[in-house]
Amino acid sequence: MKKQQCLRQMKEKQKGIIKTVNAKGELGRRLRDMGLVSGREVMVVGRAPLKDPVALRLKDFTLTLRNNEADYITVETEGE
Amino acid sequence: MNKNMTVALAGNPNSGKTTLFNRLTGARQHVGNYPGVTVEKKEGSCNYQGTLLNVVDLPGAYSLTAYSLEEVVARDFLVQDRPEITIAIVDASNLERNLYLTLQFLELRIPCIIALNMVDVAESRGIHINAKRLSELLDVPVVPIVARSGKGQNELMNSTVNFSAKGQQRRPLEISYGEDLDSALAEMEPLICKAKFLAPTYPARWVALKYLEADKQIMEKGRAVDPAVADKLEKIANRVTNHIHTTMDTYPEALIADHRYGYIHAIIKQDVIKRDESNDRMYLSDKIDKILTNQLLGPIIMMLVLMGLYQFTFTYSEVPVEWCEAIFGCLENMADQILPDGLVKSLVISGIIDGVGGVLGFVPLIMFMFFGIAILEDTGYLARVAFMLDRIFRIFGLHGSSVMAYIVSGGIAGGCAVPGIMAARTLRSPQERLATILTAPFMNCGAKLPVMALLIAAFFAKNEALIMFILTLLAWAVALLTARLLRSTIIAGESTPFVMELPPYRLPTLRGLLIHTWERTWQYIKKAGTVILGISILVWAMMTFPGLPSETVTQYEMQRNSARDEQPEASRELNTAAENYEPSETALELAKTLTKIDRKEAETALQYSIAGKVGTALEKVSRLAGFDWRTNIALVGGFAAKEVIVSTLGTAYSMGDVDPEETGGLAEVLAKSPQWSPLIALSLIVFVMFYAPCFVVVVCIAREAGSWKWAAFSMGFNTLLAFGMSVAVYQIGRLFI
Repeated sequence: MKKQQCLRQMKEKQKGIIKTVNAKGELGRRLRDMGLVSGREVMVVGRAPLKDPVALRLKDFTLTLRNNEADYITVETEGE
Repeated sequence: MNKNMTVALAGNPNSGKTTLFNRLTGARQHVGNYPGVTVEKKEGSCNYQGTLLNVVDLPGAYSLTAYSLEEVVARDFLVQDRPEITIAIVDASNLERNLYLTLQFLELRIPCIIALNMVDVAESRGIHINAKRLSELLDVPVVPIVARSGKGQNELMNSTVNFSAKGQQRRPLEISYGEDLDSALAEMEPLICKAKFLAPTYPARWVALKYLEADKQIMEKGRAVDPAVADKLEKIANRVTNHIHTTMDTYPEALIADHRYGYIHAIIKQDVIKRDESNDRMYLSDKIDKILTNQLLGPIIMMLVLMGLYQFTFTYSEVPVEWCEAIFGCLENMADQILPDGLVKSLVISGIIDGVGGVLGFVPLIMFMFFGIAILEDTGYLARVAFMLDRIFRIFGLHGSSVMAYIVSGGIAGGCAVPGIMAARTLRSPQERLATILTAPFMNCGAKLPVMALLIAAFFAKNEALIMFILTLLAWAVALLTARLLRSTIIAGESTPFVMELPPYRLPTLRGLLIHTWERTWQYIKKAGTVILGISILVWAMMTFPGLPSETVTQYEMQRNSARDEQPEASRELNTAAENYEPSETALELAKTLTKIDRKEAETALQYSIAGKVGTALEKVSRLAGFDWRTNIALVGGFAAKEVIVSTLGTAYSMGDVDPEETGGLAEVLAKSPQWSPLIALSLIVFVMFYAPCFVVVVCIAREAGSWKWAAFSMGFNTLLAFGMSVAVYQIGRLFI
C-alpha cells in the first residue's frame, strides 16, 4: 500500500518518491537546483549524530538537509 | 588562425573542475578577484599546438539562477566577458544533476563543449555513458576525460582549439516549459526582440525566462535600461505567476526546473546511460559514512581526526620551524658582526630580522596545518564535519559550514583568520556569514600562538599541552557565545537552508593538495613579507625615536663615571679583562652597578620614545588588567599583527636589558621579571586572544562584510570584550592569590 508522508517522518533506509515541494524563495530554488523535484526517488541514508540534519540519497549523489527543511517535502512511500 | 583564446571552465562543485584546471595550467596560474566582489578569480594559461589558451576557472555553481554570489559571478563572466568557449565539466557519475547547469549554458547560447569527467568512477559504479549519443542529442561536442589522470585531455584540447571554426552554428536549445509558460514566452519574446531589450548581451528567450523566474538581477537591469518594456514584461510574468499559482498551486520557477529535469531525463533515456543491474548496491562512500557519521563513533572519530590534525601540525613542523629559527639566528649574528654599532644595526636586527623572522619562522607550521586541512577538504571529510556539527552550530545562530571558517581561523590552534574569513564565503545567508566572519578572529590563529607559547613557557611550563587545550576550548566558547549574542541582537534573521552536497569520499591527489597548501601559505607569506616588515620597522622607529635628550644621556654617563671613580682598581680590571679571567669581588660589584645604570638608561629611553609615551598614557587604564606600559606597547604593535607582540616584547626587553648573563630566551626574562606573575600572564593571554584582530584581518572583514562599519565594529567590540574579560581574570584572580 502506498501512503503519503512528510520527508521528516521517513525512517532510515526507507525509500520514497517526491510528490510535492512546497518551499518558496531561496530554499525552494536551492532544493530544485540540487535536484529535489517531484518524481525523484529519494532514500534516507542516515541522520547526523544529533538526529538532524538528514542525509538523503538521490539517484547518483547524497545531499543533506535539515529536518525543518524536510518539512516542505512530501513523499510517497510503500506503507508497511 | 586563432592564436589566442579565452576558455572558461564551469561546472558543479566537486565535479573535478579545479583538478582539470590545475592539470591544464600547472604552475602558470594566478589568483585574483572579480571586480567589486570577493569571489576569487583563478586564471592560468596553457599552450596547445600553437594556440595560447587563457583558462579561467569559474566558481563552482549548481545553477545559473543567481542564488549565490558565486553563481552571479559565473553568469556575469559568461555573458559579459564572452569567453570564446566554455568547457562545461560534467561529473559522469552524477550526470542528471550536472547536466542541469549545462542545459542553462546552452539556453544562454554560449559556445560550449562538455568534458565528461570521472568516467572511470562512473564505470566502477556500473554507469556506462554513451558520449557520442549525448553529443548528438544535445548538439554539443562531448569529450570523456579523467581529470585526475589526464586521460582524454588531449582530445579535449583538440576539440577546444578546433571548436571556434565550426561550432558556432549550433541550433539553439529551446526547451518546452508547458503550455502556460510557453505561451507567455511566445508573448514576451517578440517584445524583447523588437525593443532590443538587454540585447545583444542576453538572448531574448532567456531574458523572458528570467522574468518568469523572477530573477532579481535581470529585472533590475531591465528596469534600468528600458522601464516601459520592463513594465510590460513584469505584467505578463505576474499574470502567469498568478494563473499558475491558482490553477496548479505552484510557481513558474518550480515548473521551469521540473521541465528542465524532464528534458534531461528524456535525453538520458535515449540510450545515453546504461546501468548495470546491481543498481541498488551500496557505494563505498555510504559504507564509509556508516562508520564516520555513526551516531556514536562519528563524533569520537571526528574529535580524533581533529586532534590528529593538531598533532600532525605541531609535531612534524617542529623540526623545520627550528631550521627557520636557526637561519634567522645566523642572519642576526652576521648582521651583528658586519654592521657597525648604531642606528642602522639596530634597525636591521631589531626592526627587520626580528620582525620578519618571527613571522617567517612560522611558515612551516602554517604549511603543515593547511596541508592537513586540504586533506580533510579534498577527501570530502570536512563536509561530514559540517553535517555532524550543524545541529550544534544552529543553536548559536550559525551554520554547519561555519566550522570551516572557524577551523581555518584557528579552531584547531594555528590557523589564520584571513583565509578563515574567506572560507566563510561558502555560507549563503548574509547573517550567518557575517556572524561567522565577526567571530572567527576569536580563534587562536597562528600569530597568537607564539605569544601564548611564550607566556606559557614562562609561567606554566609544566602544563603546556593542557593549557593550550583549555585555551582552544575557551576560544570556541567565546566565539560561539558571541555569535549567539550577535545573531539575536544586531544581526538577527532567518537561518539559511542547509541543502548541501555530501561529496563521495575521494582519495586526494598529491598535486591538488600541494597546490592548495601552497596557495594559502603564499597568502600568509605575502602578508608577512609586506605588512609585517613595514609594521616592524614602524614599531622599531616608535621605540627608538625620539632619543633621550643629551642632558639625560650625560647624566647617566656621569653616574657611570662616578661609580668607576669610586673603585678605580676594579674599573681598570674590567677594562683589561681577558676572556677566561676570574674577576675580583669588587670588579663584579662594579660590573653589576654599571649594568644597573645601563638598564635604567635604556628603560628611560624606551619610556621617552613615542611608543613609551603611548604605553605610559594607557597604563592608568591597563593596570586594571595588570598590564604595564611595556605590555601596552606590545599590544599596540600587536594590533598591526599579533606576532608583533612577541617581537615587540622581545625588543622592549632586550633593549632594556644588556646584562650578558641574561641572554636566555625572552620567556626566562619574563619569568624572572618582578613585574610579571602567572596571573598577569593569564590576563594577557585572554586579552591577546580576544582583542581587536590584526589590521590585515580588519581589512579582510571590511571587504568580506562589504562595509567598513563592520570592520570598525569588530575592532571596538572585540577590544572592549577582551578588556572586560582580562580585568575580570586579573581582579578575581587577585582575590585568591
